[in-house]
This record gives sequence, structure tokens and C-alpha cells, in this order.
Amino acid sequence: MQDSTPNKTKSDKAAPRVALYVTCLVNTLRPQIGFACVQLIERLGFRVEVPATQTCCGQPGYNGGLRQQAMAIARQQIALLEPFDHVVVPSGSCAGMMINHYPELLKQDLSWLQRSQALAGKTLELAQFLDQHHWQPDSPPPPHHRRTWAHHTSCSCRRETRSHQCAESMLQLAGYELAELQDQAVCCGFGGSFAAKFDALSSRMGRNKLNQVADCKATGVVSADLGCLLHLESLAGMTGLSGLAEKGTQDFLHVAELLAACQEPQQSSSDVPTS
Amino acid sequence: MKGPTPDSFRANAEHALQDATLQHALGRAQSGFVAKRAHAIAMVDDFEQLKQRAQAAKSRALANLAPLLEQFEASVVASGGQVHWASTTGELNQQVIDICNGVGAHRIIKGKSMIGEEAGLNAAMEHAGFELVESDLGEYIIQLAQEPPSHIIAPAIHKTRQQVAELFKQFHELGDRGLTQISDLVNEARQVLRSAFLTADVGITGANLLIAENGSICIVTNEGNGDLSASLPAVHIVVASIEKVVATMDDASDILEVLARSATGQHMSAYTSFFNGPKREADAGGPKQFHIVLLDNGRSDLLGGPFESILSCIKCGACLNHCPVYTNVGGHAYGWVYPGPMGSVLTPLLQGLKATTPLPNASTFCGRCEAVCPMGIPLPQMLRTLREQQHDMALDNLPWRAGLGFYSWLSLHPRLFNRFARWIRMGLKITPRWLWPRHRQAVQPQGTTTFLAQWQHRKTKT
Repeated sequence: MQDSTPNKTKSDKAAPRVALYVTCLVNTLRPQIGFACVQLIERLGFRVEVPATQTCCGQPGYNGGLRQQAMAIARQQIALLEPFDHVVVPSGSCAGMMINHYPELLKQDLSWLQRSQALAGKTLELAQFLDQHHWQPDSPPPPHHRRTWAHHTSCSCRRETRSHQCAESMLQLAGYELAELQDQAVCCGFGGSFAAKFDALSSRMGRNKLNQVADCKATGVVSADLGCLLHLESLAGMTGLSGLAEKGTQDFLHVAELLAACQEPQQSSSDVPTS
Repeated sequence: MKGPTPDSFRANAEHALQDATLQHALGRAQSGFVAKRAHAIAMVDDFEQLKQRAQAAKSRALANLAPLLEQFEASVVASGGQVHWASTTGELNQQVIDICNGVGAHRIIKGKSMIGEEAGLNAAMEHAGFELVESDLGEYIIQLAQEPPSHIIAPAIHKTRQQVAELFKQFHELGDRGLTQISDLVNEARQVLRSAFLTADVGITGANLLIAENGSICIVTNEGNGDLSASLPAVHIVVASIEKVVATMDDASDILEVLARSATGQHMSAYTSFFNGPKREADAGGPKQFHIVLLDNGRSDLLGGPFESILSCIKCGACLNHCPVYTNVGGHAYGWVYPGPMGSVLTPLLQGLKATTPLPNASTFCGRCEAVCPMGIPLPQMLRTLREQQHDMALDNLPWRAGLGFYSWLSLHPRLFNRFARWIRMGLKITPRWLWPRHRQAVQPQGTTTFLAQWQHRKTKT
């Protein structure tokens, strides 16, 4: 199923159906990332659908010790995503939850275990999906994105979906200049509720990361996980690092946004809104 | 003065972050461990295969722990030694004290032992009137400073060279001297410790491995202090926990293949020594008595449960060196003798969840500990299971419990969930600046509404 790259257009009803699971952070805070994902996946010839009743993958409760609640959420998302050929998630963290942790959560119930494994088998983190289906840019990076980017490989892309190199190669393919960020394997300190429970520690870890961004002369941070980006962005405004956060959110972008910027806009229901 | 406890981790961590000297010491030391380990692993053809062999050796041992311990005891007795069993740390301390009293000992030289730290052996022995000197340089430094270790293989890693020099000048009456170089410090410690080795009545050491087939114990050091502690005094007492036992010398060597590489980035540590029984007739030297005190302290209760594989831990310290939390706050913040990811699992298991509530939560689940663990211990999943137990015992704090419960409930109700997402957007836009943490910029939502609402709007338009 994974190599079923169609050579058909998105309007073709026979094209494989891709469910875009936008994640609660993208849905709530950065809707543009969702539209960028739609653009990128449609360009590959897939029919992109956005299941309207998607919510959250359940990770906050799961990592907070609420196992029963997380199991209920997992079952609901599995049932929701069952009709689709592929599920694409613009986050290593949420994709990793579905791929690695749903089967762990539901291992006691054979039927749900099998259903969770089926979901795991067709779910990919966005950059991984684009890489597998040979995404190609149409044009070089637009002028306002031409700068040196630090690619923050989230721990979940590195160790849960093991897809951090996909984002890197997609960004390079699109013509982005990536700085040599040191200690890429080190966590930025977000960790979901960790950032709130241990604010001082989380902030120190984030500032260490931002210092390394400054050291490698990057003037923007790109990542496949919005959680890390928002965490770093909220800290950057207060550190006074040169070149960072001077123009607000444009310095901390999702991989999807940078890649979609190298693609000609299509006439589609999914055009990125101008707002 | 009451020192830091596991329960005060948050405050301990904040204190550590403000301690400039500690930050300086941590920054310098940690990066060395990480680079050396990476280099050592790059030097072998297939480290994964070495890991698998070490893990297999340990799994076999844990699956047969009781018979292996009996076999170990029989082998020790056959080679002329004695085995003592301690189910609690108090029992261990008493057994060691009794042995020392039994031989009329007063002066004790000690090699590094985490079980000794776990049991608070030094304090117990000093309280009982013995004169005890730590012979591992790091342990000696923290003994002078009267501090617990901050790292399981580098107990004084939190100390700078200047701090060590000050301690030495305070405790060694050796007149005016420079003590600016590390070599000066090492030489002075060697000189002071030499007399302690030669005058000690009893040597106490830990053990990295216990070998069932022949009753040998293995000690891994880089200073050779373990060897001197074990062989110069007339009596050698080994303190070790029960899960250190493996079946054969081959199994022991499989574990040694990954231990030093993971710990210090050496293919083998400078001294890897096996000790077997007391001095025999033909031996040139060695102790007259050889005792092993084996500690359970709740470990056998972990067998067969979700935490069994924490007993595979070979105390290499790789999870500490690669942990973004440990490397920023150091070991003392964890409030007991085992810090870092392995400590955040082991401390609650040994001390109970109630007194250690923050520890399992002090992780971003970045997963690096599991990735570098030579024994493949699923540390993040264990921390998560401990959080589940805390939740079941209602030990998690109430606002978090309620908040996560509410968010999970919302996640099962899509219409409400999406309405809530729109409220969050509004809330963020109108939240006054002073409600945000001072060092963070407020997160602002982008666009007019949520992605799902925009998407639905577009779909209904077309």
C-alpha cells in the first residue's frame, strides 16, 4: 500500500484516499500548516480528506498516566481513520503515538491490537510520506524564505518515526540552505506537559538549543513538530538573539510551510488563506 | 540541614540551574562522555550485536535468578569464602559491621560501591565507630565534602578542580602548595590514600558482576583502587545486589564488552579484575577472609513485573550522560544516590512512589536514554508506567489530573473539542501579558479560526 503513488489527478475518484490528521496544535494555532500539507499531498496525486471528527491523538493523557482515557481516544481515532488508504500526520510526535503507542495501549485486546497495527502500517509523518512518494519542488525557495535555516529534528521524528532525515532531504531538495546545528540529537526541552511542570528547566533546555541556533549562524528554525517550534519561539522573543524572532513567527516554520512555498499554487479548495 | 530529596526535585533543579559553578562543572564533563562513547562504538563492527549478547546474558540470569544465586553461594563457599544475605539495607550495614567487629577491625578502606551508597554504609560504619576512607578518587572527594555522589560512575563530576583543591587544602595538612593541575590533585590523593591502604584492617568493595559458575566477583575500575582495597587488607568484604549475578565467565565477558564502551568510551576499563575466595597457600598475597553480602532491598519483588528489566542495568551511566534533564541539573537534584533516567525509575521502585512523585515526571520522553542504553531497558515506557501508577494512586497533582482528564474527555467529543479549540484561540488573543511566564513570549494563534473550521467552510462553499 505504501508505494501506491498514483499518477492521476486529485479529482480522480479512483486516486488513493489520504486522511490528513492535522494534530490539535496545528488545528488550533497554525492552520496554515494544515493547508500547506493539503497542497503538498494533493500535488502527489492523492485525494486528501480531512476527517471532520478528528481531535487529539491522546498523547497528553497517555504521557500523563491516564491510560484508560488514552485507550478510549486511540480506539476512536483508529475507527475514524480506518476507511483511508494512507494517514499523514505533520508531526513526528503524534504520528509516533499512532504508530508505536496505539498498539502498545491496545495490546490486551486482540481485535483492537490488529486494528491499531493496521493503522500503524499506513500512517506516516508528513516528510516521510513526501519522501516515499518522491515529492518534487516546482520552484526555488521564495525570496522571503531565502536564509540559513537550522533544522531542529524533533526527538519524536528521530526516535519514534525515525524520519528526521526525510525532512532534511526534502528541505535540501527544495533548495533550502541548512546550517550545521550542533547536538541535533539533544531535546529542545518541550516535552508537552513537561514544559509547564518544569518551566525553568524546560526554558533552559530551549535556550541551550537557541544558543546553538545562533552559533551556527542560522536565522530561522524549521522543524517537523509544531510543539518544539512554539516552545522555542516563545523563548526566542525574550533572549534577544540576533536575527531571531525579530519579525515574529516567520522565523519558526514547519517543514510543510517551507516545502509548500516551493510549489506552484493550484486551483484547489485547499489554497492557503491569505489571512 | 536537610539536603535535597526526590520529592523536592523541582526546587532542587531550579537551584542547580542557578548554580554557576555547578553548571560550569557539568558542561565540561558531560560532553566528554558523549563523544568518547560515540567514538568507542564507532570502533566496533557491530555494536548492536554486542548489545544483544549482553542483553541475552542478563535475561538468562534474571530468568534463573534464584538458582543462580544458590549456585553462586555454593561456588563461593567451595573457594573458601562466605556469603551473607541481606533483605534490607539496614541488614546489609549490620552484617558488614558484625564482620568487621568479628575480626577486631578499626580501619576500613573502601572501593566505590553504589550498593554502599544505597545502604548509607559509610554513615552506618562511622556511627559504629569505624574509621572509613573511600579509595576511589571521586568518592574520596565527596566523602571529604560530605555529599552524596552526583553520578553513578563519576561521583564528584559536579566538582570543579578549584573546589577539589580547596577541599584537599582544608583536610590534608601538607603545608603551602600549588594544587593547580589535575595531576597535582591526583598525586596528593594517591600519597594520602597510600597509608590508608597499608594500615586498613578490612577492605570493602562493590562488584560489577558475580559469576555463579566459579564464585568469582568482577570489579571494573580505572584507578586500581578496587584491586588494592580487595587484596591488601586481611579481610575483603564485597557488597553487591542480587541482580549482579550471571551464570558464566562467558556471560560476564559479554557484559564487559558493552560496559566500558557505554560508560567511559573505553573498550575495557584500565582494571578489570576477578577475585575468587581468600588467599590460597600458593598465592603470593590476598585477604585471609573473603565475605560477600548480597542485598535484595525489594529487587526480587520486581521480577516478573513491568519493571523487571531495570534489574538489567549495569550502571554504566550512559543514560545520565545523554539525558537533557540530568546534564542540565546534575545528580544531586534527584535527591538520592541514583540520578538520571535509571534513577528516576529505580528510586521510586526502591523508595516508593509517594516520596518520589516528581521523578517519573522529570522527563521530556525524548527517548535518548533508551537509545543509548546497552541493555535496551525501555526507560521512557517505565517512567510512563510509573506515571500511570501515580495516577491510579491519585498522587498526581490535582490541577494536572483535572486538566488532563478534561482534555482527554474533550478528545472523545469532536464537536465540543473543536468548539474548545476556537475558545483557546480567543483566550490566547485576550490573555494579558502578565499571565504568561515572564521569560516566554505569548503564543499567538494564526489566521481567523481553526484549520478544521476553515476547511469545513471551504468545503461548503465549493
